[in-house]
Amino acid sequence: MSEVTLPGGELWPALRARTQARIGLGRAGSALPTRHRLALQAAHAAARDAVHSPFEPDTVAAGLAGLATVRVRSAAGDRPTYLQRPDLGRRLHPTDRAHLPVGDWDVVFVVADGLSSRAVHEHAAAMVRETAARLPGWRVAPVVLAEQARVALGDDIAHAMGAAMVVVLIGERPGMSAADSLGAYLTYRPTPGVTTDADRNCLSNIRPPLGLTYEAAAGKLAGLMGKGRELGVTGVGLKDESDHANVIDWLP
Amino acid sequence: MSYLSTLGGERFRFGSLARLLAAASPERSGDRLAGLAAASAQERVAARWALAEVPLATFLTEPVIPYETDDVTRLILDTHDADAFAPVAGMTVGELREWLLAADGPALAALAPGLTPEMAAAVSKLMSNADLVAVARKVRVVTAFRSTIGLPGRLATRLQPNHPTDDPAGVAAALLDGLLLGSGDAVIGINPATDSPKAVRGLLELVDGVIGRYSIPTQSSVLCHISMSVQLMAQGAPVDLVFQSIAGTQAANASFGVTLGLLDEAYEAARALGRGTVGDNVMYFETGQGSALSADAHHGVDQQTVEARAYAVARRYRPLLVNTVVGFIGPEYLYDGRQILRAALEDHFCGKILGLPMGLDICYTNHADADDDDVATMLTMLAVAGASFVICTPGGDDIMLNYQSASYHDALYLREVLGLRPAPEFEAWLESVGLLDERGAIKDVSGAHPLTAIGRELAA
Repeated sequence: MSEVTLPGGELWPALRARTQARIGLGRAGSALPTRHRLALQAAHAAARDAVHSPFEPDTVAAGLAGLATVRVRSAAGDRPTYLQRPDLGRRLHPTDRAHLPVGDWDVVFVVADGLSSRAVHEHAAAMVRETAARLPGWRVAPVVLAEQARVALGDDIAHAMGAAMVVVLIGERPGMSAADSLGAYLTYRPTPGVTTDADRNCLSNIRPPLGLTYEAAAGKLAGLMGKGRELGVTGVGLKDESDHANVIDWLP
Repeated sequence: MSYLSTLGGERFRFGSLARLLAAASPERSGDRLAGLAAASAQERVAARWALAEVPLATFLTEPVIPYETDDVTRLILDTHDADAFAPVAGMTVGELREWLLAADGPALAALAPGLTPEMAAAVSKLMSNADLVAVARKVRVVTAFRSTIGLPGRLATRLQPNHPTDDPAGVAAALLDGLLLGSGDAVIGINPATDSPKAVRGLLELVDGVIGRYSIPTQSSVLCHISMSVQLMAQGAPVDLVFQSIAGTQAANASFGVTLGLLDEAYEAARALGRGTVGDNVMYFETGQGSALSADAHHGVDQQTVEARAYAVARRYRPLLVNTVVGFIGPEYLYDGRQILRAALEDHFCGKILGLPMGLDICYTNHADADDDDVATMLTMLAVAGASFVICTPGGDDIMLNYQSASYHDALYLREVLGLRPAPEFEAWLESVGLLDERGAIKDVSGAHPLTAIGRELAA
């Protein structure tokens, strides 16, 4: 394909260093040059595949180094339903509630596919391992692997299991620059239907090496968990240097 | 009051005007999520038969949300212009559709104050996509500040140089990119990443500096909350347009932290600044189907009808720009390209026949079933329909709001294939700085062009 004349050609490399925006692309007639059109499509394709690739619980379980797991589904039966009915993604499938072991758990980790199963396949197991390793003496419940799940499904799960705290590790909505971003949402004593997003603390953009590393994210998360347990609260009542409000806007 | 219809031997009953409107609405995920959609395709058409028979006068006596509890309903009914309504006062919704399709532009413009949003929404539900284009195209709503928006044969653009951390050099680089592609005559508008008055003021001053230095006949807006704009105006910040997201119910507006009183206050403050040169339209509103449901404030009214009610709020303030953001909110409200296109055409049509300068942010998120081909299709139809402006982003990708919209290139395409031109003042400016060729098309310039100092100085 031919290189299209770029207006101000020598200018753009310096300006691109200041923004990821797709600037100085040049034109083919009125349209984008071929390589820029394909680059845009490539980014969109990665995002689409991350949204629509099926969740593979085995992949996550294999990375959990022998930790016990339980598998559940939400009430959203398939991807199109999941995308159109967020309310169903927040509720347990009626027959799967019985799979959840009730106990005196300090915390349950829920690995949820959310809007990027790719993020979960790549990062969730390592995050569980790294975080659990920083919780000496905690009674950690079997890890729940949840399909077609939204963040608030964790409320239903923790409530059903009798867990004092829930950490939901979930695939975030893919953007054009990152399709594998994992989010972590921490909620103390959630009650389905009563707990709101303001009751959660969250870490976003967990995706080493470009985003948060596992070590950094797990350190921060374990710190919040310790403080949350001590104060008996999470969310806006638990001060957190991470950008709470901003992240909540993008809750999957 | 309930409404009855018989179709294919089956009898359908709709318990209220709101239920009837919802059942008649073209299919979309948001109405299903709200539990308001027709249960079957036949029920939907049965509802349309019944809706076609409803006298327009009914909309003045059976509000879809009670007068006593909702200030948007009060605004709609208290400002209804009976004289303007007179030509269609005896008609049904079905007859209004035929009247609109046959009417000329001046007749449509004269009717606007006599139509309520619910009438506009109702008639749109009986119209095809082509009907929505054909009627809207006849309506020109002309507004002005430093440029004139909405003239025949013109299509303006918002230049949207967003940056995830509001970095001035990053914003300036994207601003330069948009200007060199001939964009920005509707507004140079930035969605701030941070909520601090200091950061917002910094962005306002940056854009105001560029507009002043290069004498660009356009206006700026930093899309912060309206209360912050009021505060910044009081402090002497260079606020051209006051921005606010608005919705079609009092409760949804409350969820945005907005009241009619606050809008009144901001409107008066912005007009008092007198910063416009060719006009005094000072407000920039954004709306979008699904926002009321998302705020749990839809009162059982379908998302398209609630959206049209937001236009009653908008028209009280003679805005420069009303932008319906179609496709940003996600697939639980508009699932795919087909639903997003329909919503775009409905919103543009309803806004125009209610007398508003409608433009669109034609966009999609990565979890909706849509792509850049859908954007191209929608842009073409909306430009044919006479949209006042469209939102444009660098390469069609907004790195701050994380969604895809039209690109500056897309706007050039529309100008090329439909013979559309920018706002006249802005077009003259583009010509004066050497950005147009002899045919009036955008021209490549070298890196030594004086405008490039916008990016170069801040990047250094």
